[in-house]
Amino acid sequence: MSLTQTEAFQRIATIRERSVIALKESKETGLKVAGTYCQYSPAELIVAAGAAAVSLCGTSQTPIPAAEKVLPRNLCPLIKSSYGFAVTDTCPFLYFADLLVAETTCDGKKKMYELLGQIKPLHLMQLPQVQNETALDSWILELKRLKERLEESFGVEITSERLRDAIRLLNEERRSLKELMDMCRLKPSPISGMELLTVLHNTGFNIDRRDNIALMDQLTAELRRRAAAGISPFTEATPRVLLSGVPVGIGSDKVVKLVEECGGSVVGFENCTGYKKLDPVDEAGDPLVAVAERYLRVPCSCMSPNPGRFELVKRLVEEFQVDGVIDLTWQGCHTFNIESHALKQFVQEQLSRPFLQIETDYSESDTEQLKVRIEAFLEILARPR
Amino acid sequence: MVSVGIDIGSTATKAVVFDGGVRGRAVVPTGWEPREAALSALRDALLQAGIAEGQVGGIVGTGYGRISLPIFDRRVTEITCHARGAHHLCPATRTVIDIGGQDSKVIALDEGGMVSDFIMNDKCAAGTGRFLQVMAGVLDETLDGLGSLAAGAEPVSLSSMCAVFAESEIIGLLAKGLEKERIAAGILDTIARRVQGLAGRIALRDTVTFTGGTANNPAICRVIAAHLGVKLHVPEDPQFVGALGAALIAAD
Ligand code: SF4
Ligand code: SF4
Repeated sequence: MSLTQTEAFQRIATIRERSVIALKESKETGLKVAGTYCQYSPAELIVAAGAAAVSLCGTSQTPIPAAEKVLPRNLCPLIKSSYGFAVTDTCPFLYFADLLVAETTCDGKKKMYELLGQIKPLHLMQLPQVQNETALDSWILELKRLKERLEESFGVEITSERLRDAIRLLNEERRSLKELMDMCRLKPSPISGMELLTVLHNTGFNIDRRDNIALMDQLTAELRRRAAAGISPFTEATPRVLLSGVPVGIGSDKVVKLVEECGGSVVGFENCTGYKKLDPVDEAGDPLVAVAERYLRVPCSCMSPNPGRFELVKRLVEEFQVDGVIDLTWQGCHTFNIESHALKQFVQEQLSRPFLQIETDYSESDTEQLKVRIEAFLEILARPR
Repeated sequence: MVSVGIDIGSTATKAVVFDGGVRGRAVVPTGWEPREAALSALRDALLQAGIAEGQVGGIVGTGYGRISLPIFDRRVTEITCHARGAHHLCPATRTVIDIGGQDSKVIALDEGGMVSDFIMNDKCAAGTGRFLQVMAGVLDETLDGLGSLAAGAEPVSLSSMCAVFAESEIIGLLAKGLEKERIAAGILDTIARRVQGLAGRIALRDTVTFTGGTANNPAICRVIAAHLGVKLHVPEDPQFVGALGAALIAAD
């Protein structure tokens, strides 16, 4: 039986559909929903407000033409897709959201949010672009502002106790997610990058976090069994790729697909879809400060400087026995495109691994050209080092 | 062992028969039937070598078409094949520049001749053999004619790298009465600048080998070498380097 046929995977594959139904029912009985777009959104505060947090980051090409009626065409596809879902009102999760929580990350996003705010109630957090003490102080104030907005909009009080509970719950989810992703450390990995991406993508829509945890733990147990029995879609010799860079999801997965169709194995996602989610919140001390510290630490290219990303790439390359790094950057994403230069030097010189940058968008128009690059890159990785 | 490499390019399909050395080779236009082109290049090359198809131990296919044919034992990208061919012809090669019909690429090789990095331009015709062909056509010249025309002329600066815009720009310049020589020099300049832009993203280490049919044109070689500030090594018959590399890989 293939992994996708197992019960755990099947249940994960249908999370979105089930979640839409659950949302509709819960909304009728008073559940509040907050939509988020970014790893900087402190989900703990939303959960502590008794609301559901759903990820609304656009990963589909479909609504982009509608977005381009307003937004520049040469903008990052993730921003266009996210906005396109709002103007076309075609995302049920966005439809159910009572409030959008957004941050001033990159220029494109923050200006898009100004437009999005005209369509839906939106709370914008001013995110500092550096990770130091002063930034932390102002970020704590921003978290307090969000807390007040949530309390006011949802008519609740976010006590320290409730925040602590939310921290524990989300940390538990991270623990579960990490154990799952860490199965890819095995050589060969018992799960393909596309399968893992399906899990990462779908679990972001589950409003029942405990269900998420149970499903992922079940899948991890299945993967352990498979690994012990020597079952894998790959062999020992399959080149192992770390995908770094911009967020990806189902619909913006073409590079992951191509790498695996061309004979590689994506063993890790060094991005906001994958490993960047796993950093836990400190459970000791003041909960709001702990949440602020955790989220300010996210190593995104919109921070300057952004040393955390280099450390994370290094760790993952070593821990996941990575043969080569692909840095995926969306067209129009200045921060990741520029940072790619320094990352290339770092990966080639410090980590002695081949590096390939791929700059593309969500459309399929360059599939053939990408194939040549990816195949050539895998040919480099396939030779004995 | 006798091995064969077939490089299906966007304009020409090349085949090389290898057995310790090049025994036969052939080039045919790719046209609309890349499969046919591959088969006829194979036939011609075998004929020249005086070798029957049954004696061939392995065939590797490569090239832009990247079409999988039943006769191929394996398909390998043109990046790996060009590097292998260039390194075989000139073991000191650390960089390969290839201007193909629909793409151009710069490939970095390590000491052992293995690909360590590469950069490709294949989004549009700018900086490719196609660009040169179209522009030569506007001037009513062959590629060789374009080269000799350009020799010694002061290049006019063309602002468009895009084949479509450059075409209308050139027609405009001709209408203004600008000398064809200066325009020809300007066209070569544009190609060189494009390659320079590509090469800027990779450390160009000596020896730089220039492959692909375009390298047959001495004027283009001169202009590119001048822009990059390096000496270019042009192997004999540069258009066969990819097919040779494929044949060498097939012999592994
Ligand atoms: S890449 Fe940066 S801006 Fe995008 S989701 Fe991650 S943290 Fe947010
Ligand atoms: S990928 Fe880049 S441009 Fe797009 S939203 Fe993220 S940081 Fe902004």
